[in-house]
Amino acid sequence: MIRLLSVRLLQAVLVMLAVAAIAFVMFRFVGDPVASMVREGATQAEKDALRVALGLDRPVLVQFGNFVGQVLTGDLGTSFRYQQPVTSLLLSRLPATLELVVVATVLALAVGIPLGVLCALKPNSFLSRLTQATTLVGISMPTFVTGLLLILIFAVNLRWLPSSGRGDLVDLGLWQTGFLSLSGLKSLILPSITLALFQLTLIMRLVRSEMIDVLSSDYIRFAFARGLPRAYIYRRLALRNALMPVVTVTGLQIGQLIAFAIVTETVFQWPGMGLLFTNAVGYPDVPVLAAYLLFVGFLFVMINMIADILYTFIDPRLRTR
Amino acid sequence: MATQSLMHRLPPVSVMIAGLVLFIMLILVLFAPLIAPMDPRDVSSYSLIDMEIPPAFMEGGDPRFLLGTDNQGRDLVSVILFGLRISVVIGLGAVLFAATLGVVLGLIAGFFGGMVDGIVMRIADVLVSFPTILVALLISGIARAQLSADTMLTWAPLVLIFSIAINEWVQYARTVRASTMVEVARDYVRAAKVIGLPSGRIMGRHILPNVMSSVMVIATINLAGAILTEATLSFLGAGMPPTYPSLGTLIRIGNQFLFSGLWWIAVMPAAVLVILVLAVNVIGDYLRDRFNPKLMAR
Repeated sequence: MIRLLSVRLLQAVLVMLAVAAIAFVMFRFVGDPVASMVREGATQAEKDALRVALGLDRPVLVQFGNFVGQVLTGDLGTSFRYQQPVTSLLLSRLPATLELVVVATVLALAVGIPLGVLCALKPNSFLSRLTQATTLVGISMPTFVTGLLLILIFAVNLRWLPSSGRGDLVDLGLWQTGFLSLSGLKSLILPSITLALFQLTLIMRLVRSEMIDVLSSDYIRFAFARGLPRAYIYRRLALRNALMPVVTVTGLQIGQLIAFAIVTETVFQWPGMGLLFTNAVGYPDVPVLAAYLLFVGFLFVMINMIADILYTFIDPRLRTR
Repeated sequence: MATQSLMHRLPPVSVMIAGLVLFIMLILVLFAPLIAPMDPRDVSSYSLIDMEIPPAFMEGGDPRFLLGTDNQGRDLVSVILFGLRISVVIGLGAVLFAATLGVVLGLIAGFFGGMVDGIVMRIADVLVSFPTILVALLISGIARAQLSADTMLTWAPLVLIFSIAINEWVQYARTVRASTMVEVARDYVRAAKVIGLPSGRIMGRHILPNVMSSVMVIATINLAGAILTEATLSFLGAGMPPTYPSLGTLIRIGNQFLFSGLWWIAVMPAAVLVILVLAVNVIGDYLRDRFNPKLMAR
């Protein structure tokens, strides 16, 4: 177990170094860092002084070492566009994205798992057929089109819900939350449904196929033969095992979640990190792009590691290896 | 099982409808300049007098403009036909590029094994953990920082094809590598090695034909994804410019008029996009079940 963990840790560090190298190359070689930081009409001597001050005259490997050091202390450079430290920019946008993503994921799990179970247990019922047919359309419907349609129906035509922004925020010191005001909650509805829909489809399909697999296995047939109550078999024996892959896939899907969060935030002008990123692409604001890459890379590595460790806890067979 | 094999003789109705839809769309795309009522790029063919006319089936519609007109008075049918053309070309281009890269790297990794295999597959592992849209947006941002606005205009389709394909080749490489490793151990490949055929020839002439069927299935499924990714990127403003709009760009433009009640400018191209992707998905799903049940749905 300890050996397994340390191997995973080493892999994680290597992947992070690779991502850091890409981010470093972006910082250093895309555009000219000196030209973007020096004041207008600076002399060559001033530029050279800045170059030395930034350490750009040293060997590339030394620069990379310094870069890694800076990143570890939380220094991700200065945004070209906002002229603010990128770290504080990202941190100020983090609550918006996290609130959206968490609400969407909870929504997707809360609706997706029961529907998946239903489709597996009663494949011929009307609701299962409807769900099955809708998922194919759901997969083919791009996130931004879903978002646009929701805006068209609920914001433009019915005027029930706001189409952009986060509404009124309540400041909790470091965290600005939209959970505590009515307009904040109303603003959350459309974006979180949009973001939940694609996850929901996936979770539903997965739970359905896993349930069907598990239900045809020997131990379930044995449980039926023993005369155990149906509800007990479905809930405690079948669903529990069917949910294991859901943990992994939800973990692996975090990348897709981030990608779709970028799209959703842009459609709804939700002031999170994703919107910051799309705006940085158009500008182009290279330090923000590189910092976002680092952040996402870090998140992937962490979540993959946590999913792996969780797995060893859920499945006792993995512990002995 | 018996009923299953019977059902498989003829594709289900949904697949046949999807095939028909796709066929019609391809004809429309091929002959867009002949079919379209007007050329959206020719400024003299439309005028501002016709602007913001709703679709013909609605009140205030004009029979000349079946799906209505946009804010510049351009016929939406024509604009969408040309947009569809760009979307399909970029989608096909990205799939072709990704498939070629993936097949070549997969063959090499599976055939030689060892170090080469290790390096290629580790790169694949890292790439595939990043979502395509994120990588494509990053590449688009870098391209913008490095190239001037004018160069960006001409290069936009190629940048798009590249940035979509750079993440998508991994699927082909993984599948081809796995099949190649099986084939390499077979007698015919050993025989080819013994008589001293060059490695390239063995891979291209002997192994490749045996792994092509799964490549074709992945390519069909991927086409839907590539078209969607392109549309998303263009919608986010990191894809095709408004001067050469794809379906995604058209939806982006239409988005600005949503609140003025001019819904059709965004909804019409979006509907075409969804129908196109749905048709490709239905056919891709069918092919996967039919030819290669082992390829899991992703």
